[in-house]
Amino acid sequence: MSVFALAAALALVPLAARSADDGEWRMPARDYAATRYSPLADISVANVRSLKEVWQFTTGVQAGHEAAPLAAGGLIYVVTPYPNYVFALEPGGKVRWKYDPGVKASAQGVACCDVVNRGAFYDAGRLFFNTLDGQAIALDAKSGRELWRAKLGNIAAGETITMAPLVVKGKVLVGNSGGELGVRGWLVALDAKSGKPLWKAYSTGPDKDVLIGPAFKPFYSSDRGQDLGVKSWPPHAWQIGGGTVWGWISYDPQLNLIYYGTGNPGPWNPEQRPGDNKWTAGVFARDPDSGEARWFYQFSPHDLHDYDAVNENLLLDLSLDGKIRRVLVRPERNGYVYVLDRASGEVLSATPYVHITTSTGVDLKSGRIQYNPQKEPKAGRAVRDICPASPGAKDWQPSAYSPRTGLLYIPHQNLCQDEETYQASYIAGTPYVGAEVLMRPGPGGHRGEFSAWDPVAAKKRWAVAENFPVWSGALATAGDVVFYGTMDGYFKALDARSGEVLWSFRASSGIIGQPITYRGLDGKQYVAVLSGVGGWAGAVVSNDIDTRDGSAALGFANAMRDLPKYTVKGGMLHVFALP
Amino acid sequence: MSLRCLSALLLFFSNSVLSTELRVCAESDNLPFSHIERTGFENRIAALVAFDLGADLVYSWQPQRRGFVRKTLGAGLCDVWMGVPADYPRVLTTRPYYRSSYVFVYGKRSLRSFDDPALRALRIGVQLPGTDMAQTPAGHALAARGAIDNVVGFPIYGEQPAAQRIVQAIAQGALDAGVVWGPAVGFFAHRERLSIAKAAAPELPFEFSIAIGVRRDARELRDALDAALARREVEVARILDEYGVPR
Repeated sequence: MSVFALAAALALVPLAARSADDGEWRMPARDYAATRYSPLADISVANVRSLKEVWQFTTGVQAGHEAAPLAAGGLIYVVTPYPNYVFALEPGGKVRWKYDPGVKASAQGVACCDVVNRGAFYDAGRLFFNTLDGQAIALDAKSGRELWRAKLGNIAAGETITMAPLVVKGKVLVGNSGGELGVRGWLVALDAKSGKPLWKAYSTGPDKDVLIGPAFKPFYSSDRGQDLGVKSWPPHAWQIGGGTVWGWISYDPQLNLIYYGTGNPGPWNPEQRPGDNKWTAGVFARDPDSGEARWFYQFSPHDLHDYDAVNENLLLDLSLDGKIRRVLVRPERNGYVYVLDRASGEVLSATPYVHITTSTGVDLKSGRIQYNPQKEPKAGRAVRDICPASPGAKDWQPSAYSPRTGLLYIPHQNLCQDEETYQASYIAGTPYVGAEVLMRPGPGGHRGEFSAWDPVAAKKRWAVAENFPVWSGALATAGDVVFYGTMDGYFKALDARSGEVLWSFRASSGIIGQPITYRGLDGKQYVAVLSGVGGWAGAVVSNDIDTRDGSAALGFANAMRDLPKYTVKGGMLHVFALP
Repeated sequence: MSLRCLSALLLFFSNSVLSTELRVCAESDNLPFSHIERTGFENRIAALVAFDLGADLVYSWQPQRRGFVRKTLGAGLCDVWMGVPADYPRVLTTRPYYRSSYVFVYGKRSLRSFDDPALRALRIGVQLPGTDMAQTPAGHALAARGAIDNVVGFPIYGEQPAAQRIVQAIAQGALDAGVVWGPAVGFFAHRERLSIAKAAAPELPFEFSIAIGVRRDARELRDALDAALARREVEVARILDEYGVPR
């Protein structure tokens, strides 16, 4: 081909697709701003109806598949739930290589909510991922050869890792899971070359452990003061206080800040840990080079309902009151969509996107959520209509944002719960008193929703009601199509502007994975998603839980009794394209 | 059918359902309850019951954590789980073979009641079960009386049993007392020459009856175990005494 012919051929490719994007999908959120938006537009509202499955791959693993597949260098990478196999697949599904990290089987009994993994990260020919038994591992992406592994978590103490790492400036950022079990939360930065730890920031304890120094300037006065990670707890309680880091991390290269959330405080009941319980259930902004904290905002001070604050932080530049503001948008577990100034941590708005009874609003002056005392759990008292339920308005499942429509696409729950009379339960020889938690559908009777949210107007533009919680991630594309999966196995494409369902595909197992789209080496646009029901919501199927016991799966079984009628377990990668 | 005929029939059934093995799932490192060297009191009672039924005792060692029933009895790895609360909903249970309670455990400074005026001043250890909205009755009772800042939680997940760590802390002077499940702590307290006293508060159960658990459909096996426990009541009590299980 002559130079002229090449130039002519390139000219046929839309400019945006060529210059701004190579068509790869290298991290679960696709970009550091966590938008899950692809500029690919070959698949569009005009033609998505003819989308077809072109190949599939069975992982051979039965637990819940929450991961995003990755597409880089012509290969597709999949990390499975425990035993955390990694597959590198050629187009068509042939296995280029498979890697088995040899995860300790005992890690399964420690994980709270199925043995999930939320994905890997591809960077400069290397693949980074975490294992359930608390290791971070780097592989050569071409060969599957192990480059290093770092043992980070102690499963004997209840510590697991389920999150996908984020690689920023040559550092692999990894956080832990296990807040219910007396684990103290942390985020660690490892040297991407060697796996050597560079800094570690705890979510509780003295300022030196939390990496709080002179550069820490939280917006609200309630977050200012010395060693609040100790003083906002009863003595010693911070040592086992939770605040684990099992969700998503975003990065703003201009401000040079990473953003991530911290899990709920534990393992004491609320009345036994008076205080704000810092720095749990909030969001940290940190300098990725030193780990130093810059600001913190607490969505749920002194959390009462297991409202972990680990959800995704979308970094958007929005026009608010005539000014372009650099914001962080967070559809939070406690039921509000928050818009924060991401340089300062100021709350610009906090608006309910589901039915909420546990609080009455967020005071923008103090930044503080206003709890409803009637829904506060107390020993020996039955509390009904706790909305949202413990998994929150939305759990880990990440939303997407399209700059073309200006809408945030939120996959979420519509669940409330009752905490009934206390009953005897049992662990390791010791009977104890537990709450019987029973979850059930919220208003309207459906258990899930896929909502399009306008973060500027702070309004829901449209929503699709789903029978089951929408436990999958969302994907938005420049073709003005949005994708998500359902627990009863449908993979759906919607018109991003109207919410009209344009196309669907039925997988044999329910979908709780994160859809992606990429351009193959053949120049075609593909869409891919993992099916394989499970997770906390789907454990009734993936773990064969006896649904006669509604309080199983920490009370989720009650709301999911009928799921086994709709789907079976088993992981599979599905890849779609236009004919 | 005469009563004698009926009992003969039951005996026949109970022998047939057992075949020749009594398969038990237990934790490999959770003294005084169980240990891989079969030195826990639940190991001893299981051996006694197996001997009574003429069965070989076979162990599957499993950490007793989330999903224990599903991964053990549910997965067919074993038929028996020693030491579950009577009427525990996820299994079918035998008649209780002991009833115990939470206890105060203390050294020089005695603590025998939740009404002790020093309740909010003494340093007190409790076990933490580690599930949302779950607590030992001891933890609840202390919190309800304003004992919060002076209470230290010991997660049940950890390198050693929480009760053992609490006893060590009292023996070393890091704590004044503990409020702990009696069967878990009696054994360790005795070795460190600490005192124990029954703990009770009106608002919550502090006593629990303990039985053997089997799969919910394994009625015949349950009946056979019931009969064995009835026959071996005296020996069972002797084993429990040996391990300092307060009753």
